[in-house]
Amino acid sequence: MSDTGAAAAASVTVRRPKVAGEALVTWTSLAALALFLLVSMVLPLYALLSKSFEDRSGAFVGLANYAAYVTNPALFQSIGNSLFIALLSTAITTVLAFLFAYGLSRTCIPGKALFRAIAAIPILAPSLLPGIALVYLFGNQGMLKSWMMGESIYGPIGIVIGMVFFTLPHAVMILYTALSLADARLYEAAQVLGAGRLKTFLTVTLPGARYGLISTILVVFTLVITDFGVPKVIGGRFNVLATDVYKQVVGQQNFEMGAVVGMILLLPSAIAFVVDRLIQRRQVAQFSSRAVPYAPKPRRGTDLVYLLICLVISGFLIGILGVAGFASMVKYWPYNLSLTLAHYDFTAVDPDGWRAYFNSLKMAALTALIGGAVIFSGAYMVEKGRGWGWLRGIVQLMAMVPLAVPGLVLGIAYIFFFNHPANPLNGLIGTMAILVLCTIVHFYTVSHLTAITALKQIDPEFESVSASLKVPFYKTFWRVTVPVCLPTILDIALYLFVNAMTTVSAVVFLFSARTKLAAVSLLAMDDAGATAAAAARPMRIVYTSAVARALHALASRLLQRQTHAWRKR
Amino acid sequence: MLDGGNGTAGAYLRIIDVTKTFGAFQALKNVSLTVEEGEFVCFLGPSGCGKTTLLRAIAGLDPQTSGRIIQANQDVSLLPPSGRDFGIVFQSYALFPNLTVAKNVGYGLESRKAKRAEIDKRVRELLEMVGLADQAHKYPGQLSGGQQQRVALARALATSPGLLLLDEPLSALDAKVRMHLRKEIKELQRRLGLTTIMVTHDQEEALTMADRIVVMNKGVIEQVGTPGEIYREPDNRFVADFIGQMNFLPGTVVGDARVRLGQVQFRHRGTREALQPGATVTLGVRPEDVVVNGGTPSEEDNSFPARVADLDFIGNFFRARLAADCLDGMIIAADLSSGVVRDCGVEPGRPLAVSLPQERIRVFPAD
Ligand SMILES: Nc1ncnc2c1ncn2[C@@H]1O[C@H](COP(=O)(O)OP(=O)(O)OP(=O)(O)O)[C@@H](O)[C@H]1O
Ligand SMILES: [Mg+2]
Repeated sequence: MSDTGAAAAASVTVRRPKVAGEALVTWTSLAALALFLLVSMVLPLYALLSKSFEDRSGAFVGLANYAAYVTNPALFQSIGNSLFIALLSTAITTVLAFLFAYGLSRTCIPGKALFRAIAAIPILAPSLLPGIALVYLFGNQGMLKSWMMGESIYGPIGIVIGMVFFTLPHAVMILYTALSLADARLYEAAQVLGAGRLKTFLTVTLPGARYGLISTILVVFTLVITDFGVPKVIGGRFNVLATDVYKQVVGQQNFEMGAVVGMILLLPSAIAFVVDRLIQRRQVAQFSSRAVPYAPKPRRGTDLVYLLICLVISGFLIGILGVAGFASMVKYWPYNLSLTLAHYDFTAVDPDGWRAYFNSLKMAALTALIGGAVIFSGAYMVEKGRGWGWLRGIVQLMAMVPLAVPGLVLGIAYIFFFNHPANPLNGLIGTMAILVLCTIVHFYTVSHLTAITALKQIDPEFESVSASLKVPFYKTFWRVTVPVCLPTILDIALYLFVNAMTTVSAVVFLFSARTKLAAVSLLAMDDAGATAAAAARPMRIVYTSAVARALHALASRLLQRQTHAWRKR
Repeated sequence: MLDGGNGTAGAYLRIIDVTKTFGAFQALKNVSLTVEEGEFVCFLGPSGCGKTTLLRAIAGLDPQTSGRIIQANQDVSLLPPSGRDFGIVFQSYALFPNLTVAKNVGYGLESRKAKRAEIDKRVRELLEMVGLADQAHKYPGQLSGGQQQRVALARALATSPGLLLLDEPLSALDAKVRMHLRKEIKELQRRLGLTTIMVTHDQEEALTMADRIVVMNKGVIEQVGTPGEIYREPDNRFVADFIGQMNFLPGTVVGDARVRLGQVQFRHRGTREALQPGATVTLGVRPEDVVVNGGTPSEEDNSFPARVADLDFIGNFFRARLAADCLDGMIIAADLSSGVVRDCGVEPGRPLAVSLPQERIRVFPAD
């Protein structure tokens, strides 16, 4: 064989691959993305880590900061407070969300679509909104202060109520998906075996939803322990980890201690992240393709009970939002409740609030545009790029990290990294650019995964065909992949926009007087600020998110109409 | 086993010692093959044997781990797919859903600085060639499977590649369309004189379309030959079993070109490698090659007495199962034409003389 091969080789010219444009584009874009994630995420997190081991002068002090933290009773107590709040809120949210999701997926109650829409309301609002609404209701000037029976809303009670409002949509979404994926055959089997309803629930329903439940508990727990908006507004003197970070860093300029608390906050998210990944891998295998979807049958008593439950929960969600909405439209809270739109007139009242609002709008639009473009093309390179498997692997890994990093932690990591005098990028602090950068990174993972899922659904051979036709892949990306994935790209842009509008935790460390954001400006609102004019601020965010949603729905509808000729549904 | 690297004058594509590994798994093991210019070659084999892997290595889509690929006297082993000269049609067709049929077909032409009018003309030509001239402005989703397949073919041919690669192009279609397209593709290929490699796991497809068939199994090539050779003279038991049907009967070598089954000796054509007397072998004979007659059996003409165990009417022929006491009760399947069944009065229980024609017997070493 070898000698014939050698003989043949005489007339054969060996063609060496030229460094073609395509390979160059692949390499540069992957490398640029890796560099981007390195600078905007990995290095800041590293700065945070190292800061927690340094003293004020920057010298390495080992675990001294941690020791100081543990021995400081005021600070150490926050761990207990945070855990208490997180456990209680998680328990309440999970139970409520389970009942709500069960009603939507397993009973025949009317108005399911409406209930689902209501359950999504809190997503449109900044997490400070429930806190503000509670102040209006039960605060020192509150309308229903007497309902508190002498207790104060400022503290654990307010925090837990606010957290339940803020985390409910996430929990409902996960549990609804889990409960919808039921296999009717198991229920038939249980019935044939004569299992009663309780037994069926315990042996079929609960085990079937167990991954969803675990996932919910992890997500809610993480959200609560890392959220900063609710305790800031309504926590009063009740300290939790998230407010400690803020106080240490912004209030006392004690960066080292802030770093330690940040590291502690990183722990639950990181654990939840890893556990959730492991679970999701299992859940895929659980639901076989031969399963028969479960269709609920009407049962009067049950349906009635669940209808009531769903009504009460929806009432709670609408009530909280409604209070803020109402407060923003009355003349003088709580003394003159006649309606007016004066608080939305922008130059007359609250010019600061409006400036912040337009900053937010600009920031959200830039995040949606730039983030959408970067994240989608990045996901494309990871999923469809040819060669450089190791680099694609690294980018994919880095793209998953932001999900495990609470916004607050990302925010302080940014200060440590970008504020460093030796960092050539330190001019960025306080600019719009760093706010956009931080927000893109903060919401990177979910957007990236959405893009990857969509990309996996299109034919894997488009790039092969394109190569065989000598058309560079980036041309096919632009002419085929982007149009085909446009609905997904719009979804990502909306997700980024709404989150950028409402986010507080990361950007609270990074704004300057010129770039103050609407959601952040709510932080300054305390009891004295609980005026009708101030209530217009969070409502403006809610209305903007809602309008963005409506525009997104409209755009999707138009797109669908325009492309229905080739898009099969 | 193969005459891999020898540089025949017309050799267009030479695959030399190609190996492909996925982690620890070897999907291709030292595969060598030569494809002549203008030839239609089919890769045939069971699922997972490495057909697609080999095709993708030829295209450069999943480069080989080691070995060389020489196309048109150029060693293209290291080139990315965009540097190689081929057109390809996938099982999924991979048509661009948001582009019309005409735009799909013209996709590869646009970047070549051709004039708009020239592109349009070429696209029209191609669409006429595949019989879709009137569908130019539809989207792929509005076409039937067979039509989509033809669009994919036209798109692959648009840039006049030197090599056409087809990965199970017909497997997503229903039987009737498939039959029709087989003929059409083959005709087109012959008309264009285009060197073509098609992957399939449908033996009928390979037998009717290919100039030569490459039978693969577990990452190696078992046999390369014309459909006739592969069918009549399978090199080994795998090939014999995979293509068509064959009786496999255990026997012992008794001498030169002679084997014994039960108490009967058979003469055969001999094997390429000499077999030691006493060695156990497997004797293979296809059901349609088994001859029955009403006469007296004799070892002179490789015949022996047997009884019809059962008889199934298949349609255009009968499938008989013949039991022979003198072969230790072995059962031999035989396909008999209606004429033979009538003339010899074949019916269950009936004793017959059965002969295995010397020319039609294959002998394989027992495994
Ligand atoms: N990317 C990959 N990673 C790991 N193993 C692979 C990969 N691609 C193919 N294989 C393995 O290599 C072997 C050959 O695969 P190949 O796709 O070439 O089979 P095939 O002959 O085309 O089969 P089929 O008729 O099912 O298409 C299979 O065992 C397959 O599992
Ligand atoms: Mg295959």
